[in-house]
Amino acid sequence: MVNAATDTPHSPQPLIRIERLNLDFGRLSVLRDINLELTRGHTLAVIGESGCGKTVLLKSIIGLLRPTRGAVYFDGQDLALLGEKELTRQRVRFGFLFQQAALFDSMTIAQNVAFPLRQHTSKSEQEIREITLARLAEVGLPEEVAVKKPAELSGGMRKRVGLARALAMEPEIILYDEPTTGLDPIMSDVINELIITTRRRHPVTSVVVTHDMRTARKVADRLVMLFPLDRLRADEPQILFDGTPEEIDVAPDRRVSQFVRGEAGERLMELRQQNGV
Amino acid sequence: MASSSLSPIRTQRTIAGGFVQAVVDWIADCGAVAMDWLVGLGSISIFTMRTARWLLTRLPHKGTILPNFYQIGVLSLPVVALTGTFIGMVLVVQSYVQFRELHMEAKLGAVINMSLVRELGPVLAATMLAGRVGSSMAAELGTMRVTEQIDALTTLGANPIRYLVVPRFLGCLLLIPALTIMADFMGVIGALFYAVFLLGIDSRAYLENSAQFVGSFDLFAGVFKSLFFGAAIALIGCHRGFNCDPGAEGVGRAATSAFVHSFVVILLLDLLLGITLDGIYYTFWPQAPTLF
Repeated sequence: MVNAATDTPHSPQPLIRIERLNLDFGRLSVLRDINLELTRGHTLAVIGESGCGKTVLLKSIIGLLRPTRGAVYFDGQDLALLGEKELTRQRVRFGFLFQQAALFDSMTIAQNVAFPLRQHTSKSEQEIREITLARLAEVGLPEEVAVKKPAELSGGMRKRVGLARALAMEPEIILYDEPTTGLDPIMSDVINELIITTRRRHPVTSVVVTHDMRTARKVADRLVMLFPLDRLRADEPQILFDGTPEEIDVAPDRRVSQFVRGEAGERLMELRQQNGV
Repeated sequence: MASSSLSPIRTQRTIAGGFVQAVVDWIADCGAVAMDWLVGLGSISIFTMRTARWLLTRLPHKGTILPNFYQIGVLSLPVVALTGTFIGMVLVVQSYVQFRELHMEAKLGAVINMSLVRELGPVLAATMLAGRVGSSMAAELGTMRVTEQIDALTTLGANPIRYLVVPRFLGCLLLIPALTIMADFMGVIGALFYAVFLLGIDSRAYLENSAQFVGSFDLFAGVFKSLFFGAAIALIGCHRGFNCDPGAEGVGRAATSAFVHSFVVILLLDLLLGITLDGIYYTFWPQAPTLF
């Protein structure tokens, strides 16, 4: 599953290596035998229908969810085998932008962005303030929002604050969970541009989970498409496609091309049959 | 305490299945409920151990602890004082007629103050704390779980148990004795006021009887019990919040179940600790003063 097109001689070891990852919730299997590698400096978009396990995959990468079977290696280390202290140290190397931004309601915007700096550094309050304002400026937010609470901001602004918080510790890898979901087309494009700008300014590796093909095409240099397990045959791999944005347009699998073009196809008939209509 | 994500799969009973099938289904249902309870008990035990580990290894910053202390202790004081006062007065109202029939009005203070200091003060303060703070913890942490704020804490390298649970646990554990003493004090004052000023009982006899009958061990027993109540309220409230089901319904259910479970555990602990402390008291002071 290594994408030869994105490998460089300078990055022989993948930053993330997922080996035969299986993840079940009770009797419900969400991920089955996922094999994936991601090299430094690249942007991978994980696409697929709602409920296909994209977010679960993303949360497995950062160790929020433990694999039922298989392993996730980050920089050569199996996250499931790390102790709490070491796992925390590794997590600081990640930035995570949540679907609804997940800002802490009880804190101001500045306190949200400064949170990881206060947790993990011994910087002075003045330095923290400077970094906080710089991060907010980087995502296009004025100084005035720093004193506001998350509830006072729009969805797009909250996403941008979430990105500023994720960037605060200058992470090596940023995980984006549905970065444009629920935003208007203009704000979606602002977020897309921010993802691209972030990659230009910082030497980060990114994983973007999305079902928005526009976002996937624009920000990623590699696409992986997951398919819901309950509609997959037992002998089929869950990753239906792994390739470049150009290659996905000529993918032979009809389920991939239907997703790319946003066509319901036989899915509409399946849903009608399920509901007995 | 039961984890709803592992709720029992109930087999549908069918009359056609006959008596044997119904019995088998009933046994399966009972087994599923028992399993659910066991899983819940295991889950809160692990949660308690993780909290204890953080308590013993690395406490959170005081900036995290103090707002919780204010919320748990200071803001609970008025409601605890008010309910304590009324309970003291109600006890006098309820007991006065019976004591008057026996011509023992002067002994009223002893009985009421003993009840307040050993039982009602601690249980009342704990009940108010469970209602005001325990459910609020479950709702707040539940909302944080549902909106992925707890996951965000983890990804930012902050342990949610250390950051969210330990300050709340410490607040409940360390401040419930103060709330209990406040409930005791206001109950005693309320009862005294009603007995002396409204029922005309001789204040000197009322107070002398109280002083003779209620000792410092009784006060200690009440405060000692309250420590267990405070710990239980914090752990149950936080555990319910951490294991909250998705959506507004899940948060509401977490808040309700936090109060219900806390209340049941408070009463259970009260009984067990009451028996234990009485045993200790009569072992060391077999000639304890009696009412008659």
